[in-house]
Amino acid sequence: MMRGLLKHMKFAAFGAGLLLSACTSMKQQVATQGGINDPNEVENRQMHAFNKDVDRILFSPVADGYGSIVPKPVRNSVSRFADHLSLPNDVMNNLLQADIGGAMHNTFRFAVNTIIGLGGFFDPATAMGVQRVDTDFGETLHKWGAPEGNYVELPLFGPSTARDTVGLVVDIVTDPVTLALEAPERYLGTGAYVLNKLGNRYDYDETIDSLLYESADSYTQARSIYLQNRRYNLGMTSGDAYVDPYFDPYGDPYAE
Amino acid sequence: MQSEPTRRMFLGGVAASGAIALAPLPALALNDAQATQLVDRVVSDINKVIANGGSLSGMIRQFERIFSRYADVAIIARSALGVDARRASSSQLRAYTAAFQGYIARKYGKRFEEFVGGEITVQNTRQVKSFHEVQATVKLRGQAPFDVNFLVSDKSGSPRFFDMIIEGISLRLSEKEEIGAMLDRRKGNLDQLISDLKTAG
Repeated sequence: MMRGLLKHMKFAAFGAGLLLSACTSMKQQVATQGGINDPNEVENRQMHAFNKDVDRILFSPVADGYGSIVPKPVRNSVSRFADHLSLPNDVMNNLLQADIGGAMHNTFRFAVNTIIGLGGFFDPATAMGVQRVDTDFGETLHKWGAPEGNYVELPLFGPSTARDTVGLVVDIVTDPVTLALEAPERYLGTGAYVLNKLGNRYDYDETIDSLLYESADSYTQARSIYLQNRRYNLGMTSGDAYVDPYFDPYGDPYAE
Repeated sequence: MQSEPTRRMFLGGVAASGAIALAPLPALALNDAQATQLVDRVVSDINKVIANGGSLSGMIRQFERIFSRYADVAIIARSALGVDARRASSSQLRAYTAAFQGYIARKYGKRFEEFVGGEITVQNTRQVKSFHEVQATVKLRGQAPFDVNFLVSDKSGSPRFFDMIIEGISLRLSEKEEIGAMLDRRKGNLDQLISDLKTAG
């Protein structure tokens, strides 16, 4: 198990090295601190329209069905299981970020929830004060100094950046759980992932509907919200929100 | 004899400038405690609303009251309008600000239902540039806690918050995108935007 894990880590590190150089050669047009870098807006908007169609025709109705048939406690268990299966990948990224504390934290969560939490369907670790702190390869790339890159809207996955897209692909390809399991068990994780997303779509229905279908421009809303939230989670705190509006170039209503 | 007061004044002046250098904030400026106090009041009012529940229209009304009492609506509205605020007449700006307040109250007030039974707790306050950031945590039933930060300034004449940042998502910046998109759709027609804002949200 441990040797397998190390092998994956080495593979990931190697792949990441390649991707990192690819990232930097993508040209650092922006300093990634605030601002929006979206040179492919036309293509992104087409993808956004496609994603909205998928949501309206397929995803939202299926989520409604799932949410109304499966009771909330069961859906919560499925979500916890999906989170649980992402822990080995979190630990791998913690280690790649040299975040030993985070790796121990997530390893502890994985052990406790596997054993006491009946394979991850329950979350006694949180009750013990060890809450979920997830990470991903996009964050690892950020810690390694890769720039954010251009904004991109991905098919089905939605808002992302060049860096996070690379991260997503690496996370999918090197996921220890998928690699450790044979078919058909390896599809368990994918199944739990999709059900978790459906559950979220159902639980946050009003929020998502108001964003996608009630905004004047759902594309710019989704882009702005994604970038603000992602940068916050990566600790890029000197964002646009902290530009003092009282010294606004547009004029100060309190100036004499 | 004659030089004595001058020298004393000079030394006093040096001491005074030293004191100013030691105290970065002028006596009249907002301090952390006052900023925290403001957000404590906002949070206690919000906690009251979400503890009581009640009808949707009632919650929207209460949210609008909280918003107009504690937020610097003028600066939020103005910064949401961005560069277009420059070409607005003062009567247009007044009408826009009033319409914006109602729009925000409806849009966010109707989301209060999701917060019923939850609780907001103030954690920490720090100074950022000329304003203060009050950090709070929201705990909703059956969900992991999340961060809500209030940015507070007294540039309006009294301490008021001018932004609410939920997990990094600024209400002011998000509304700047939204108001900008609404204005684009109306080909920059500010009067049309004002009249549509009165029912939007």
